[in-house]
Amino acid sequence: MKSAIDIANDVRTGATTAVAEAERSLAAIRSRNEELNVFVHVDDEGALETAQRVDAQIARGEDPGALAGVPLALKDNLCHVGKLTTAGSRILEGWRSPYSATVVNLVLKAGAVPMGKTNMDEFAMGSSTETSYYGPTRNPLDPARVPGGSSGGSAAAVAADMTPIALGSDTGGSIRQPAALCGLVGVKPTYGLVSRFGLIAFASSLDQIGPFAKNVTDAALLLEVIAGHDPRDSTSLPEGAPSLVAGVDAGVAGKRIGLVRELLEGADDDVVAAVGRAREVLTEAGATVVDLSIPECRLGLSAYYLIAPAEASSNLARFDGVRYGLRVDADDVAAMNEATRTLGFGAEVKRRIMLGTYALSAGYYDAYYGQALKVRTQMINAFHRAYDQVDLLLGATAPSVAFKFGEKTSNPLAMYLSDVFTIPTNLAGDAAISVPFGRGEGDLPIGVQLLGPGRSEAQLFAAARVLEVEQTS
Amino acid sequence: MTLPDGWEMVVGLEVHTELKTTTKMFCGCANVFGAEPNTRVCAVCLGLPGSLPVLNVRAVELAMAIGSAVHSTISPSTFHRKNYFYPDMPKDFQISQYDLPINVGGYVDLPDGSRVSIERAHLEEDTGKSTHLGASGRIHGAERSLVDYNRSGVPLVEIVSGPDIRSSAQARLYASELRGILIATGASDGRMEEGSMRIDANVSVRHANEPFGTRCEIKNLNSLRSLGRAIDFEALRQIDLLNAGGVVRQETRHWDETLGATSTMRTKEEAEDYRYFREPDLVDLAPDLAWQERVRDGLGPMPAERRAALAARLNEPTSTQLDALQVVVDLGFDVLVAAALDADVDAGLVLARAANELAADAENIHSLTTDAFITTLLMEQNGELSATQAKTVLLELLAHGGDPRAIANAKGFEQLSADSLGDVVAALIQANPDEWSRFREGDEKLAQFFIGQVMKVTKGQANGKAVIAELNSRR
Repeated sequence: MKSAIDIANDVRTGATTAVAEAERSLAAIRSRNEELNVFVHVDDEGALETAQRVDAQIARGEDPGALAGVPLALKDNLCHVGKLTTAGSRILEGWRSPYSATVVNLVLKAGAVPMGKTNMDEFAMGSSTETSYYGPTRNPLDPARVPGGSSGGSAAAVAADMTPIALGSDTGGSIRQPAALCGLVGVKPTYGLVSRFGLIAFASSLDQIGPFAKNVTDAALLLEVIAGHDPRDSTSLPEGAPSLVAGVDAGVAGKRIGLVRELLEGADDDVVAAVGRAREVLTEAGATVVDLSIPECRLGLSAYYLIAPAEASSNLARFDGVRYGLRVDADDVAAMNEATRTLGFGAEVKRRIMLGTYALSAGYYDAYYGQALKVRTQMINAFHRAYDQVDLLLGATAPSVAFKFGEKTSNPLAMYLSDVFTIPTNLAGDAAISVPFGRGEGDLPIGVQLLGPGRSEAQLFAAARVLEVEQTS
Repeated sequence: MTLPDGWEMVVGLEVHTELKTTTKMFCGCANVFGAEPNTRVCAVCLGLPGSLPVLNVRAVELAMAIGSAVHSTISPSTFHRKNYFYPDMPKDFQISQYDLPINVGGYVDLPDGSRVSIERAHLEEDTGKSTHLGASGRIHGAERSLVDYNRSGVPLVEIVSGPDIRSSAQARLYASELRGILIATGASDGRMEEGSMRIDANVSVRHANEPFGTRCEIKNLNSLRSLGRAIDFEALRQIDLLNAGGVVRQETRHWDETLGATSTMRTKEEAEDYRYFREPDLVDLAPDLAWQERVRDGLGPMPAERRAALAARLNEPTSTQLDALQVVVDLGFDVLVAAALDADVDAGLVLARAANELAADAENIHSLTTDAFITTLLMEQNGELSATQAKTVLLELLAHGGDPRAIANAKGFEQLSADSLGDVVAALIQANPDEWSRFREGDEKLAQFFIGQVMKVTKGQANGKAVIAELNSRR
């Protein structure tokens, strides 16, 4: 499958057309979507219209932008005007957003062609895409296994060659973990680098939108398009978008990289071995890799499962049946709210709303939410200290390769542990990338994680590219 | 009203005022009152999935202006979410300031010489407006409920006083003084009838010098009259309860204007747990000193100072005149009044016309030029217009503007010439010899009799003072 960069170049030079690429993408979606349940809404008509507009721009001699004619998949928690937007939930079944997310406007402005909306864990709460009301997504590399989550649909779309790139969101690993499980590059950008306007919130202080791609350069290209200050998001960083594609081959010579012990703890042997080989490759490329311990990482999961549900319990309150989405009528407003939410939310969402409500309740706030905030501050400080010593950090993305359906659904804690290596970055507000490196059990891909301080994306791409080059050579 | 012997009420007020910004607090929707329902809404103020708030800088400035005016310390602050379900609140949480408000401390000095402390004055967003159809008029038992989200996200400042108020009269005085201050800062139009200023009252009672009693909060008082009546009712209710050996339960109460009584809305046990936490979609607010300075420098004099300035120009002002001063200053007519005093219009006359005729049509004050106001009053003072005629001219000026002389002419308010007034008076003296002789003998009350007769004959076109002068000249 052609890379996004090649498609954009070919569309710009006339070697192909946006419509031809969109049709190729639609054909790929048609051939496997029933089996894999990747897209929950395929937007044939909208995609072809957008592609025609891109081709018309080319015909007029205009440059449609860096993603000219590139088919792209959108996670279903990203609002796109007039399109179904359901966040994997029954409570938003049939809802069409009356406005577009900033990132959607940006990819359209860059000439990309959104093919539709991809499946996800309900409200992004999950690590396997099994909590979606619209059924689980299968891993294209092994349909008996999960694609990871919550952005499992977006990962599967790229892994199944339906689109070369996709957008997901990462609250505790929801881009990096499915990227690892599907053999893709996935990026959790620095908090505030990408506007959250139009992203249906799960946990506002942790959510970031980021790219999926088959290769580092495509991921850098897509992130370059969606990054930058947005006045409609108060938490958006003031600086403009960084230059990322230009530096992907900068290498790691002279860089100091810390291998974090805690980001391997409990990982399968094949995963640990892959990270060990990554260390060797980075060293050969001129980096100094040192062993490092950040014990605070062990507290990340506990803190995350108080902070994220607390914010979610508030963010999801608006789904009350009054204004939009599902309404289950009842005798009075409170009964209607309750009936609507009882039917509209799945078990995992209810579990987290209850966790979060409890954590914020009078008499428990200090012991739970307040304590979690303190841990978060410690985590931020610990990463600051680490980045005083090294430029980047290295670890595993997920403890194992893709697991089988139902393997962890009966034990929420086991499922939560899938994100134990990715959560610290979200709590710290930093950047991290997962890059495929090596294979493990069942010849399935393993993801290696590189972590960096705020706005270190260019360095992360350069380091990931070193591993990618080694992998493909 | 006085409380039974030995009892004292303790009152603190929470005054919510809508800020007069062009747009709402977190989005670009127009902040206007009275638009067609649900026409001033967008993804943000409807709380649609994925929408995010962006703080309105003007709202921050107006909050700082209020804080400066009540002597608060402007402080680094944060926003929290106050979580509870209610259909007119689109996100099912309200963005409000919690433990770190923008304005901390302060006080308001009242015309009676007392001082009420301010604990805080913080920013928050307003909710939409529900209309419940059905017998109860409240959400419980409503057949249908309609929600208008035009008000959703309108910026509010909540000003919380200390428990310093000791009578309903003082509460009204405080609310009225604060209203004048809010108008003077330009932060609010202070229109209680439109809900742009709403008051909650915390009321408890105690024997003087004993510790505070348990308080009840009366919600949503939307006139000064309701405020006074509700506080008095509530204090007496608590005293009766305590005298009968009962205890006051901490609770939120509803004031029923028609019944003239408060009733339980919810008890402390039923109170919501709002699960406050920092609003993660907004950043900390820390106005720098230069910005604070600019806001402070932009403030004009406050009502107390302006009343004092005008009062200094009055010679032993009567209580009616002092009341008029309050109205004049609250409405911002003091510049106009000062100009009229400069033009040697009688102080009593200026205050009366400003606090009555102008106040009654204050919304149209912009139609009235200072010159037109002064000219009209001088015409009245010089006897060219009667009081009735002058009032008519002022009403016309407020309604349509224009030139007072032209209006007087057009209305046929011909100046009653001295000659014709003389003729009328002479005829009346002849027709009422008894009254005339009693007047000549010093019964001054009969002057009013003759003025009344003259007014009748001239259909109000004569000037009372001119009539007295005419009578005296014939005495």
